[in-house]
Amino acid sequence: MASAYLVLDDGRIFEGSSWAATGKTFGEAVFQTGMTGYQETLTDPSYHKQVVVMTAPHIGNTGVNDFDNESSKIWVAGFVVRNPSSLTSNWRAQNDLEEELIAQGVVGIQGVDTRAITRHLRDRGAMRVGIFSGLELTREEMVVEVRKAEAMSGAFLVKDVSTPATYVVPAIGQKKFTIAALDLGIKAATPRSLAERGVEVHVMPYNSTFEQIMSIHPDGVFLSNGPGDPSTMTDVIEVVRELLLAEVPIFGICFGHQILGRALGFETYKLQFGHRGINQPVMDKNTGKVEITAHNHGFAVKAPTDTEFSTVYGRGEVTHTCLNDGVVEGLALLDKPAFSVQYHPEAAAGPHDASYLFDRFVDLMSKKVGA
Amino acid sequence: MPLDTSIKSVLVIGSGPIVIGQACEFDYSGTQACRVLRAEGIRVILVNSNPATIMTDPEFADATYIEPITPEIIERIIAHEKPDAVLATLGGQTALNAAIGLYQRGTLAKYGVRLIGADVDAINRGENRELFRAIVEKVGGESAKSRICHTMEEILEAVDELNYPVVVRPSFTMGGLGSGIAFDEAELRQIAGAGLRHSPTSEVLLEESIIGWKEYELEVMRDNKDNVVIVCSIENLDPMGVHTGDSITVAPAMTLTDVEYQKLRDLSMDIIREVGVDTGGCNIQFAVNPKNGRIIVIEMNPRVSRSSALASKATGFPIAKIATKLAIGYTLDEIQNDITQVTPASFEPTLDYVVVKLPRFAFEKFADADPRLTTTMKSVGEAMAIGRSFSEALMKALRSLERKEAIFTWPVVSETERAALMQSMRVPTEYRLQQVQKAMWAGASIDEVFNATKIDPWYLRQIELINQQAAIIALPGELTAELLRTAKTQGFSDSQIAILRGVSEDEIRKARHHLGIRPVYKTVDTCAAEFEAFTPYHYSSFEEETEVRPRTTPAVIILGSGPNRIGQGIEFDYSCVHASFTLREAGYETIMINCNPETVSTDYDTSNRLYFEPLTLEDVLEVVHAEIQAGPVLGVITQLGGQTPLGLAAGLKANGVNILGTSPEAINLAEERGAFGNILAEQGLRAPQFGMASSQLEATNIAHEIGYPVLVRPSFVLGGRGMEIVYDDAALGGFITRATDITPDHPVLVDRFLDNAIEIDVDALFDGEELFLGGVMEHIEEAGIHSGDSACVLPSMTVTDEQRDEIRSATEKIARGVDVRGLINIQFAIADNVLYVLEANPRASRTVPFVSKASGVPLAKAAARISVGVSIKQLRSDGILPATGDGVARGVSVKEAVLPWNRFRRTDGRGVDAVLGPEMRSTGEVMGISPTFGESYAKSQIAAFGPLPKAGTVFISLADKDKATGIEPALGFSELGFHILATDGTAEFLRTKGIECTTVRKHSEGTGQMGEKTIVDIINAGEIDLVINTPVGRGTRADGWAIRTAAVQKSIPCITTTAGFSAAVDAIRFLQASPLSINSLQEWLA
Repeated sequence: MASAYLVLDDGRIFEGSSWAATGKTFGEAVFQTGMTGYQETLTDPSYHKQVVVMTAPHIGNTGVNDFDNESSKIWVAGFVVRNPSSLTSNWRAQNDLEEELIAQGVVGIQGVDTRAITRHLRDRGAMRVGIFSGLELTREEMVVEVRKAEAMSGAFLVKDVSTPATYVVPAIGQKKFTIAALDLGIKAATPRSLAERGVEVHVMPYNSTFEQIMSIHPDGVFLSNGPGDPSTMTDVIEVVRELLLAEVPIFGICFGHQILGRALGFETYKLQFGHRGINQPVMDKNTGKVEITAHNHGFAVKAPTDTEFSTVYGRGEVTHTCLNDGVVEGLALLDKPAFSVQYHPEAAAGPHDASYLFDRFVDLMSKKVGA
Repeated sequence: MPLDTSIKSVLVIGSGPIVIGQACEFDYSGTQACRVLRAEGIRVILVNSNPATIMTDPEFADATYIEPITPEIIERIIAHEKPDAVLATLGGQTALNAAIGLYQRGTLAKYGVRLIGADVDAINRGENRELFRAIVEKVGGESAKSRICHTMEEILEAVDELNYPVVVRPSFTMGGLGSGIAFDEAELRQIAGAGLRHSPTSEVLLEESIIGWKEYELEVMRDNKDNVVIVCSIENLDPMGVHTGDSITVAPAMTLTDVEYQKLRDLSMDIIREVGVDTGGCNIQFAVNPKNGRIIVIEMNPRVSRSSALASKATGFPIAKIATKLAIGYTLDEIQNDITQVTPASFEPTLDYVVVKLPRFAFEKFADADPRLTTTMKSVGEAMAIGRSFSEALMKALRSLERKEAIFTWPVVSETERAALMQSMRVPTEYRLQQVQKAMWAGASIDEVFNATKIDPWYLRQIELINQQAAIIALPGELTAELLRTAKTQGFSDSQIAILRGVSEDEIRKARHHLGIRPVYKTVDTCAAEFEAFTPYHYSSFEEETEVRPRTTPAVIILGSGPNRIGQGIEFDYSCVHASFTLREAGYETIMINCNPETVSTDYDTSNRLYFEPLTLEDVLEVVHAEIQAGPVLGVITQLGGQTPLGLAAGLKANGVNILGTSPEAINLAEERGAFGNILAEQGLRAPQFGMASSQLEATNIAHEIGYPVLVRPSFVLGGRGMEIVYDDAALGGFITRATDITPDHPVLVDRFLDNAIEIDVDALFDGEELFLGGVMEHIEEAGIHSGDSACVLPSMTVTDEQRDEIRSATEKIARGVDVRGLINIQFAIADNVLYVLEANPRASRTVPFVSKASGVPLAKAAARISVGVSIKQLRSDGILPATGDGVARGVSVKEAVLPWNRFRRTDGRGVDAVLGPEMRSTGEVMGISPTFGESYAKSQIAAFGPLPKAGTVFISLADKDKATGIEPALGFSELGFHILATDGTAEFLRTKGIECTTVRKHSEGTGQMGEKTIVDIINAGEIDLVINTPVGRGTRADGWAIRTAAVQKSIPCITTTAGFSAAVDAIRFLQASPLSINSLQEWLA
């Protein structure tokens, strides 16, 4: 097996072996702590331009299948694993993971001390990284190349992942509502979750205008997850502000939550190493209950967590916080129909504890319609 | 919600003696519960009959009752202590049953005591099959499909729906009689036909078979705000059909996608809510069809279980501790995660390593037991290992078992052998995985093995990779750094590599160290390194970065005792834990190495550092090396964990490791028969005559010289056969042919057997100058019954003052002669007023906790202090030992052994013989303490076997050799008003002594012409309250065996020695006269 190297921005290099596609790749190094769900992670557009280090030591055991994809392709920029599986065992499996990665040209590395990498990223923060697989480069050359790569702060990536044209996911059963879902990197599980609740979802390009959105007469607007730095999303933020003024019910998740936050006038900031996993405890401050949730975010909204706040759209509050580190995980306006969470109620991968949020969105639209 | 301040005192119910299926994991959980409650300022009242537990140490509760765990006794404790609440979810099924008993008696209502953790309704919903089935259905889950049938037509109709194979369970038959699996119609007609006949209601239950399905368990926790988390998923490598306690299990689940895992998670959460376990942990088991993912919910335990202990050790999430906090009002988000110190317990641990648990069996102790693994648990212990890959964890776990046969080998396997392996692996037995590995080594494909075993192909692939690596290692050529590193990463031990390369283990180790290939130590941190870990709970791996932190305080490394097995269990963990506690108090850092997930020693806050590692020379040397790199290491304590660490002492010393306490040379002196004989001779002490025979003829000659009876045992054990007492040439010859492979290289030891001697057990401390005698225990059963299986009493009852002085003096001479520094255990026998030394073990013994509890002297703590150089004189002035004199027992304490007869069946489905002998077979022990022998013995019997009859019918059958000693107790029973039954010989004998009795037919005589029942029929009819049956040699052949097994099946007390017979008279006499007294240990020791 050929050698492969994982080279970090700060000069630390881990030697492993080639796996998946060979060659080189660059991105932001992040670690993902889920023990299941690598296929969902790989196909989650939010991981665009990120090299994902899996902390679970065995990856690929259950292969890949057509049912668990969260989008049409693998988005991660590189994939770092301790022990890839050389045998696929699952009744739903259709292909071997490594073959799939090779087919999609995703460079990987195996046999590295993933725990050491994770500890490094935890202590030093997410940083640029390169994987060099089967190449003859000196250590210095590799570090120089990594440092030339694009950083995540200030990155505008939505254009790469968003749908070029609107498509419709029909409601399952009787249709109750129509919504516009702004695709900033949406996962397949989201329209599915909404459709199950009788919602027809029009998945629209990220750069849809207020008028284009309103032209479908939406009962609500959904702001999806997605990659990149929320501070680059000025146009979308403007559209959201118009929607707020129009009092269209809004539900944002992840990147969409950060955009709503910014639209309300809050700042976003980059976390040291982010939250990426499916075991994150979030407290719903109104019920006092804890939900175990799926997270994938490197940025967060800065908002006061102990009191109500006021915005140009009226009063609001932080509804959810992460119990691990106090990060703002949910926002809601009290006078306007808009709320958002930093995490993933659609799960995939991850627990279903937060699926009630889709019901909450449906309720919000019902009230609006009722009113 | 914060602490419920209305709870000021809690009664914690323990799990009683260690039995198969309920082991020291409940000491771990109970100890955690006690610590949590006391830390909250809550008064803790504890009841547990097991003296070997840490939790029953007087320092863990305010009032510790070492009493039988029966509703009657607990009611008296409640009446006396008036606790606000009872916590019964941490003491296994025993505690749960006791709680239900308290509820049914109305005790809880009468005294206004709350049951916290789970209420009676929730317990019922979780445990009652029908209620649980309904709940599963309600939440949208599936249970195995079944149909009740009364005729063959109905049966054939039902099977159309259920398909083959199908499980047949006749209704209302004893012990599963007549049940089986049918694979086709012919078999179904046969099994179900018999089932219809066997069933008194002509009813059989047909159930769809889920044998061979994948098996999973989820550990779930819920708090009073309805927050629910899954602590761990566990996958069984052995598919459905093998009890999870007997299965190889892996955490986390390895072969599920997220979609499939989340289905199990959702079901688990719905079930715990619907069952209504308000606070605490439970365990839910699932079967998953590997062909289509169909999920069947199997069962739940509405309490902390064996799997919870495993999950706690596997994740670092202390389930019992948190369950206790939840029970007293806290919610998950209010509890801190000890390991990260910044995050709350309301999360789900994520693992960046793989955990493998292997069961340890004791079939060699039960030669006639059916070795097949089924849904009845048979293993007696377990080992767990952690690695950064499955193969690394598996290989470590295999060597943690301390079974030569468990470790993978790569011999030449013939075509015939391979075919035989393919056949034998179809039926799960102890070494199935080894059969799989060997067959695959011989070329069997993953498909072939999967078809034979239904083990998931992913695991088989890992075995294949291990085999491939073995083939590479075995190739001629240089052992390169890369090759060695790869091998180590896959978990190969130095010894395995050495065998493959045809060199010594030491050479491989030297080469490896020369190449700088050593393990690093990673940390179990609940969060895959997302947050910093503050608890040094480590495991080894061959990777880049180690997480062992530097130290400045001198450290003492304590070696634990590995997996529980018969003869080495919780008692040794007790000593190790005590050593850790006392040395921490003395200002040392303590470092524990052990691989048993059930224990208190492997709790991450018992020692300053914990290494979850196999107890082999290689693994221990590497930890020692890593710790020496980290800071000063005083040395290693090997004398507290039983034979396992003791066996490593010499190797450690040879590698330059300082052994604290008794030196390896001294250990050898005591263990080597010749050298020990010399010490005895020098000191003028006597041992029973013995000889070593290298042929049949020689053995007979020695036996003649010594005189029968003799105790014989092979020096090389074949097929697990142990020792036997033989009374004549024929029996001796038979034993040698049957059980030994006698040659000059494999001699047989022949000892004089002291018939009807009193056996004495002594635990003492020696510091080189002074002897402290912890206790002189007298065995109730005569010499010849293994000391571990014999009941014993402290203080000794029949030993005279002169004999006691003689014993003390002999103990001191031996301790001095061997040069002990710490604990020594010596077994003596007194026959015809002569004191014989049977054996000496310069280490902590099984009886250390019992003696400590009976006398209030912490022997293990003292031993640990002595091993770091503190004198007994100093310990006396420090208050650890009494200021003057030896240990004095308070009251009379009786220890009784608990035997697992009811767990084993022969292949023909009948019970194994319930007879005591020179080979130890007990799994655990109980203690009874009171002012008199009769009462203490009664308590011990109630705690171990259930109530003793106060009146009724006793059956007595005495072997000729026991007739003289049996007459007095027989008379005793007669005087106590019991109706006595006996078979011919015994009846006649009793009548000559004037004891009235009724003659009954022997089993072998069959039913009489007038329909007179045999004794076995009478036992089965439930007409006997107590059975006395003393065997001759190995089994009074069929008759005695049939009587004893019938008694065991019917749960009727069965006594097999005349000494036990006499003690029972004392006990029943007490029970007839007065109620049992109850006193806490604290009161006894005050």
